[in-house]
Amino acid sequence: MSGQTDMALLQVTDLVKTYGTGEAATRVLRGLSLTLEAGEMAALLGPSGSGKSTLLTILGTLMQPTSGTFTMLGQDLLASTDAELTAFRNLHIGFVFQFHNLLPDFTALENVIFPTAVKEGRETAAARARGRDLLTRMGLANRIDFPSTNLSGGQKQRVAVARALMNRPELVLADEPTGNLDRGSAAQVMDLIGQINREERTTFLISTHDEKIAGLCGRQIVVGDGVVTG
Amino acid sequence: MLYALKIAIRYLTASKAQTALLVAGVAVGVFIFIFMSALIGGLAEFIVSRTVGDISHITIQAENADPAILISNEGQILAVTERGGIRTATLANVTTWVPLIETVPGVIAVSPQITGAGFLTRGTQTAQVSVTGVEPGQESAILDLAGYIVAGSARLGSGSVVLGQSLADDLSLRLGQTVRLQSSAGVSSVLTISGIFRTGNGMLDDSSLYVSLPTARTLFALPQGVTRIEIKLRDLNAADATALRIRALTGLDATSWTSGAEQLMEALNAQAQTGYFLKTFALITIVIGVASALLLSTYRRRPEIGIMRAMGAGRGFVIFVFVTQGALIGLMGGLTGVILGYLALLPFPPRDAFQSGTLPLDITQGSYGLAITLTVIGAILASILPARSAARVDPVTAIGQ
Repeated sequence: MSGQTDMALLQVTDLVKTYGTGEAATRVLRGLSLTLEAGEMAALLGPSGSGKSTLLTILGTLMQPTSGTFTMLGQDLLASTDAELTAFRNLHIGFVFQFHNLLPDFTALENVIFPTAVKEGRETAAARARGRDLLTRMGLANRIDFPSTNLSGGQKQRVAVARALMNRPELVLADEPTGNLDRGSAAQVMDLIGQINREERTTFLISTHDEKIAGLCGRQIVVGDGVVTG
Repeated sequence: MLYALKIAIRYLTASKAQTALLVAGVAVGVFIFIFMSALIGGLAEFIVSRTVGDISHITIQAENADPAILISNEGQILAVTERGGIRTATLANVTTWVPLIETVPGVIAVSPQITGAGFLTRGTQTAQVSVTGVEPGQESAILDLAGYIVAGSARLGSGSVVLGQSLADDLSLRLGQTVRLQSSAGVSSVLTISGIFRTGNGMLDDSSLYVSLPTARTLFALPQGVTRIEIKLRDLNAADATALRIRALTGLDATSWTSGAEQLMEALNAQAQTGYFLKTFALITIVIGVASALLLSTYRRRPEIGIMRAMGAGRGFVIFVFVTQGALIGLMGGLTGVILGYLALLPFPPRDAFQSGTLPLDITQGSYGLAITLTVIGAILASILPARSAARVDPVTAIGQ
């Protein structure tokens, strides 16, 4: 057990999250425990309201649980300050949202290099080179300087994947990354995610309702009623 | 923070119309600030120059001696002379003091004078007059006598007199006529009218006349010395300090024009206070305008702020983005307002050429640097509230919007 913990990228135990107080209190996570190993590509399955999004939000350090433990890369993330969590998130965690969430006033390249520019305080040539490389890998070499608002849905989502990978994070959290895409674009995005997982050993945790997408992942984690059920 | 600056600029240029309106609003506030500064400053300059410009800025008068007292051997006071209302003491060493005072920085004219009262008679008509004897050639050293002449010349010679137009009208006097002037010392002299002036100041025009210093010496039986020395300064606002300096230098009783002009000073202060209030309101308008516009922008960009926070942008970064926007709006609006204000003031005459009936706007008192500095500071302060609000955006709820 000890050896397994040492190898784990992240571990949460007895995670509880309650929204509201008193009679209006809603317990979404009810003592959830989970371990993710480095290089894993896992699908997070479960019905709506089962707590998938809440779990992703907590793992992304965007929200604190009501109780439980959460360590990643050996760091106790529940004992960290907001500034420490922000820096940790920037360096070690990438996000891909269902609705891409690109910055509308920026080009594709500017969106991709945003996490690095924030970290370094400026847009460096090295960051731009990596951003171009990532966009080229995403099949967007001819869209690098396009305003993000001029891209199609599938293109936007690929830009979002590139942005999530920009700082070479150990973990990428994807919340329904293909939920808003047509079948062709969805397959393209999943191919890219799989390729990066294999080549760079980046850990992916992908929340999805789609059994086919889940089938592409090496592990399926099923959440039901606030705990891992399978 | 170079990157935060880039984002701030990008946000401003992304909403060009909104930014232009905001900058225009700030520019209008700055324009009002500059216009008010130039108007209040120019008005004060105008009022002072009109009321004080033609009078002595510093006056030196000899101290009257204490009343003479006759005391008996027993120590009882037997008699006391009554102190007169008119100064009778003289400044004897005028030839020593005048060159010394002329060396004091800021002094542009020194005029030794003999003043007193008298009666002007023409036929059966008599008028009480105030007599001023000045050095020939220095008639316009303090009061611009030459500038107010309506007939004849201001030049004073032996046996000539220059008098006010109302006085001349009252006695039906014309240029070249002779009049008899009897001084309070009881000496009479027949003088020829060589000039008539009109200053617009009733007291001067109704009862003042000017004679040469030698004539005044005869009239007031003062073979040497003068009764007062009048001094004009380059900057009349420096009168208090210069009077102190002259007093320290000569030991004479030098008095600034301000000591007898409390009401004028109060009025000018009240006017300046009004100006401060108006300028403050202009600045408050700028602050409220910038704050409300940035608050709106913060609200509109909540999802983007949430994304930035999720991508690892700290609260400080977000605050810097919005404060920088405020500073840039302040700077652009400030510069625009200053340029517009300066251009609007250009057609008005300079302070030396203010004319009655026109706005006395002094382009040199526009407070341009102060306007820009206060506007930028105000805009930065105005952006702090929206910036803090932006930094508190919860990424989870913002992204979900």
